Amino acid sequence: MITARTLTSGTASGDVIRLTAPLSFWGGTDEHGRIIDAHHPQCGALLAGRVLIMECGRGSSSASSVLAEQIRAHTAPAAIILARPDTIIALGALIAHELYNLSTPVVVVDGPPYDDLPAVGRLLVDAGSAGAVVSALVH
Amino acid sequence: MQTLRLTAEEERMLGGQDGDGVALAMRVIVSLARIADAPRLVEITSAHVDSCLYHGQVSLDFAHRLVDLGAKVRVPTTLNVGSIDLIHPELVRDRDLGVAGRELMSAYVALGCAPTFTCAPYQLPDRPGLGEHVAWAESNAIVFANSVLGARTDRYGDFVDICAAVTGRAPYSGLQTTEARRGTVTFDCRPLGDRFLRSELAYPLLGHHVGSVVGGEIPVLVGIPEDVSEDELKAFGAAAASAGGVALFHAVGVTPEAPTLDDALELPVRVLDPETMRQTRRTLSTFSSGGLDAVSVGTPHASYSECVRLADLLKDGPALRTAFYLSTGRGTRALAEESGVLQTLEAAGVTVVVDTCTYVTSILSPAWKNVMTNSGKWAHYAPGNINVSAVLGSLEECVASARAGHVVLDEA
Repeated sequence: MITARTLTSGTASGDVIRLTAPLSFWGGTDEHGRIIDAHHPQCGALLAGRVLIMECGRGSSSASSVLAEQIRAHTAPAAIILARPDTIIALGALIAHELYNLSTPVVVVDGPPYDDLPAVGRLLVDAGSAGAVVSALVH
Repeated sequence: MQTLRLTAEEERMLGGQDGDGVALAMRVIVSLARIADAPRLVEITSAHVDSCLYHGQVSLDFAHRLVDLGAKVRVPTTLNVGSIDLIHPELVRDRDLGVAGRELMSAYVALGCAPTFTCAPYQLPDRPGLGEHVAWAESNAIVFANSVLGARTDRYGDFVDICAAVTGRAPYSGLQTTEARRGTVTFDCRPLGDRFLRSELAYPLLGHHVGSVVGGEIPVLVGIPEDVSEDELKAFGAAAASAGGVALFHAVGVTPEAPTLDDALELPVRVLDPETMRQTRRTLSTFSSGGLDAVSVGTPHASYSECVRLADLLKDGPALRTAFYLSTGRGTRALAEESGVLQTLEAAGVTVVVDTCTYVTSILSPAWKNVMTNSGKWAHYAPGNINVSAVLGSLEECVASARAGHVVLDEA
């Protein structure tokens, strides 16, 4: 079990997808939640419904809109774990919660525990206003 | 982690005493301030809103929610480009995008924003001055406000810009604070020579290069001529912001918060050379073969003096053989119409686009492959956004190429 800082609250679980490079949701993912950035090493991977682990986002602030739109269409990641705070990503989840009452937890795990997060398996992210925990789920 | 302190008035806004729309906007600003670890909020004197460009149903849902909850902006607020030219709607080829785009732009006007629809709000009257706290979105407007005007804005984008306008507040963090605004790395441009530094293309090329290599640092330029124009600083900032997220730069002897030459040379120094500039020009030209299909200039929106320059180039001489687009603000277009510059441009065959830009919506024909521009920003984004190959040239080269029907460059 790893403790984390909550950027947006919620509880969600899913199969892990751990990115090896930063991703911009705007221009980097499509409406189905698939990575379409040809320069990204994991181009083609599906993010929808999964626990997305990546150090940080990249690029345009329009990424907030793209993430919020994916949350609305149920093609967004189930939860997002970052290595450092990213206001653009957090804002996408925040707005989707305000508009559609859909919660997508976005949390920050910094320092060595981030490196210890798994690249496979299922994770549960439980994020409340006081703090968050990330734990492994056994199949 | 700091504790965020709100004033009594801010607490009242958050609690809904100014209405549910203000409360929603304040929840967003407060959440953002907590994420950014800001100790307090700061009052802003103006806002520039980019959320009026359509990115999907959520764009409309958010604007309509604010309208339905009775929100209104409480500081003077300008609007960035939308997805449609409201004066020439027929220019946008995608009908559905046109309808949604128009609806979104109307919703932001209903919130009290001025229908300026320009990415260059610093060309409008009443721009902010040195030390003024503002909340601007759109990367080129942010870097211009911070660097050239010396106003203070952090990087704001979708949703936050309008929430700042509705509450009159922004988190006191990032480039709102004095400590975050100092230059951290110097680019010595002097070896590039006076002739290059007085050429139009120097600025998009320098901007693209500096943006690509600077990372999270704040660049200080040394060697920029003191009489450099605002249009050239606009081109530099726009290219630097799109290539690397630069939100503030300083130019010694030019911009208001720049350090002295001695202090700049105390920082880590990178010396620029002409070969790097030639390489940058090749990077920005993805054009390989075939004829020229179109020319697009005015990214960011052309200033009035840039419209005049183009009209002067087109006044006499051979007719244009390729499509030629100029993007500008509706305010600048009105000035050009009054002075007759617009008529000269249109008579020469230039399509003057307002309220939007040729790389964010469907204006160019999908059949066109090779497009020339004088903008580093356009050359950076258009290949990915609208699937064209770009070639970068000066305004003179753009005109010569459009007349020839193929790319004509002054020097290889």
